Amino acid sequence: MSEYLLEARELTKEFPAAGKKTVHAVSGVSLQIRKGETLGLVGESGCGKSTLGRLLIRTLQPTSGEVLFRGQSVTRMKDSEFKPLRKEMQLVFQDPYASLDPRMTVRDLVAEPIETWKLYGSREEVTERVRELLRAVGVPEEFLHRYPHQFSGGQRQRIGIARAIAANPSFIVCDEPVSALDVSVQNQILNLLKELKETRDLTYLFISHDLSVVRYLADRVCVMFLGKICEIGPTEEVYEHPRHPYTRFLLDAVPVPDPAARGKQIHLLKGEAPSPADPPSGCRFRTRCPYATERCAEEEPALQEEDGVRAACHCAGKW
Amino acid sequence: MLRTKQKRTEQAADLRLQSQIGEEERFGDLMRRMARENKTAVISFFVIILMVLAAALAPLLTPYEENGMDLLHRLSAPSTEHLLGTDEGGRDVLTRLLFGARVSLLIGVVPALLSLILGAVLGAIAGYRGGIADAVIMRIADVMLAFPSMLLAMVIMYALGGGILNVFLTLTLVNWANVARVVRAQTLKLRSSEFVEAAQIIGVSRNRIMRRHILPNCLPTLLVLFTLNIPASILTESSLSFLGLGIQPPNASWGLMINTGRQYLYNTPWLCFAPGAAIMLTMLAFNFLGNGLLDVLDPRMQKQ
Ligand code: SF4
Repeated sequence: MSEYLLEARELTKEFPAAGKKTVHAVSGVSLQIRKGETLGLVGESGCGKSTLGRLLIRTLQPTSGEVLFRGQSVTRMKDSEFKPLRKEMQLVFQDPYASLDPRMTVRDLVAEPIETWKLYGSREEVTERVRELLRAVGVPEEFLHRYPHQFSGGQRQRIGIARAIAANPSFIVCDEPVSALDVSVQNQILNLLKELKETRDLTYLFISHDLSVVRYLADRVCVMFLGKICEIGPTEEVYEHPRHPYTRFLLDAVPVPDPAARGKQIHLLKGEAPSPADPPSGCRFRTRCPYATERCAEEEPALQEEDGVRAACHCAGKW
Repeated sequence: MLRTKQKRTEQAADLRLQSQIGEEERFGDLMRRMARENKTAVISFFVIILMVLAAALAPLLTPYEENGMDLLHRLSAPSTEHLLGTDEGGRDVLTRLLFGARVSLLIGVVPALLSLILGAVLGAIAGYRGGIADAVIMRIADVMLAFPSMLLAMVIMYALGGGILNVFLTLTLVNWANVARVVRAQTLKLRSSEFVEAAQIIGVSRNRIMRRHILPNCLPTLLVLFTLNIPASILTESSLSFLGLGIQPPNASWGLMINTGRQYLYNTPWLCFAPGAAIMLTMLAFNFLGNGLLDVLDPRMQKQ
């Protein structure tokens, strides 16, 4: 048994794009997730976060590289071999409106994974289990026979979470689970996720563009830019001492309530973000990096470890 | 109001999913909204119900028998005794019309339903499976669609012979391709929707996704296609019967009644006009209802 629950090795995913181009959504990403931890994944939209999340749970197959789940390569498995592992890895969607079938009742929605995996025999047992799950996620049981459109966004997301945990998975990718919700509801959902993780022994990959949300939930954080990891390490360490200029930039972009603290904010990035169909040579961040040198254009920085944090920058922490 | 069938089929194919407007309606709400926005459709709905009732209760509504010959009163003009007169066999025309409604409505509904089921299943398979299944099913459908439907129906009926079961079969074969095309287009849209991806991640099998997620979400479109196919079937059957290829005497169908009445058109025009009017009324009612449903189910119309 491997020390990690999940491991990505040199994962790459390319999509064909218009005009014979390829979009390099994810390029050579390696990371490890320990059992029971929450890894936060941050970056701007379009940086390949969602693609990476879907590669890890094998809803997408990588162009190259592999994913190991409990030390076994799920990438190389045949569909039939992978089948029993399907229920171990689930996803909580960003949009609780689009991800619930509008023509199914809450009971049927939450029962779907239970029935698919034949976890309980009779209809009554399944319904009883659905009630338990609804209690666990905080949706009143009386609403069993309602349809998704009769719920608020927050409650829909709770239903989505109930579906994700219904078949007792061990790993859940939360793909921006609160960014479509009102701020007032966000905290409730985050607390729910936190609580479920403890009670149900879950491991999360928590994808978000909101750094404060990630700080609240994640044990470790991984910062991505244009399909590559910039920096990965324990949350507090990364937030307090960012080593990569892009991490710094993201942290500075978070609104700071105290005007005095703003003095320390450095650079705002200029220029267009480069396209993943045509990434710059060397360091992918160099067109927007205020510290870019000639070396950055020629040589791609590798991840280098320092104090438990790995960062991919030629002058990590020294700028 | 006047839209070609082609155009309405395309509009039906384009019905946006209820989920995308974040709203899902029960049947009651739907009817209420239709009552507000489209009076003709609601009137049509009740006309249809009346017609169905009249057909079902035909033996109770008339003192005469369907094939009750009365050779002493052949071709008599409308009177209080025979509201729509009698035909060449002395049979009461109104009675024939009521019994003919049974056949004609059945011919409208049964093939429409059968072609809907066949077309929906094949269209969903083509759209969801893709690949060879898609290619084979859609090429067959294309061939069917390339023929004028009337010609196709005539050829099949000629090969099979008359009789109501063969009419069902023929009309089903003529109509399924269109349904398949529309359902395939919808399935392609649904296949990339997030709730289908969610089901895949949960591990739901492809067949079950088709049954539980794709087909139910095609229902609004299927409903519209259903109301559009019924009048088309009735009309096709009437034409077939008129040509002597459809329902065989002594059974009454409206088309057949026109066919036999044709010989006496000059002296006793009601023999043709009564069933002709019945066909027209039915066609209009179903068409208006179909239009109304289309408007109510189409979110683009709702905003206006
Ligand atoms: S490698 Fe160079 S361009 Fe890239 S982040 Fe570091 S300093 Fe900036």
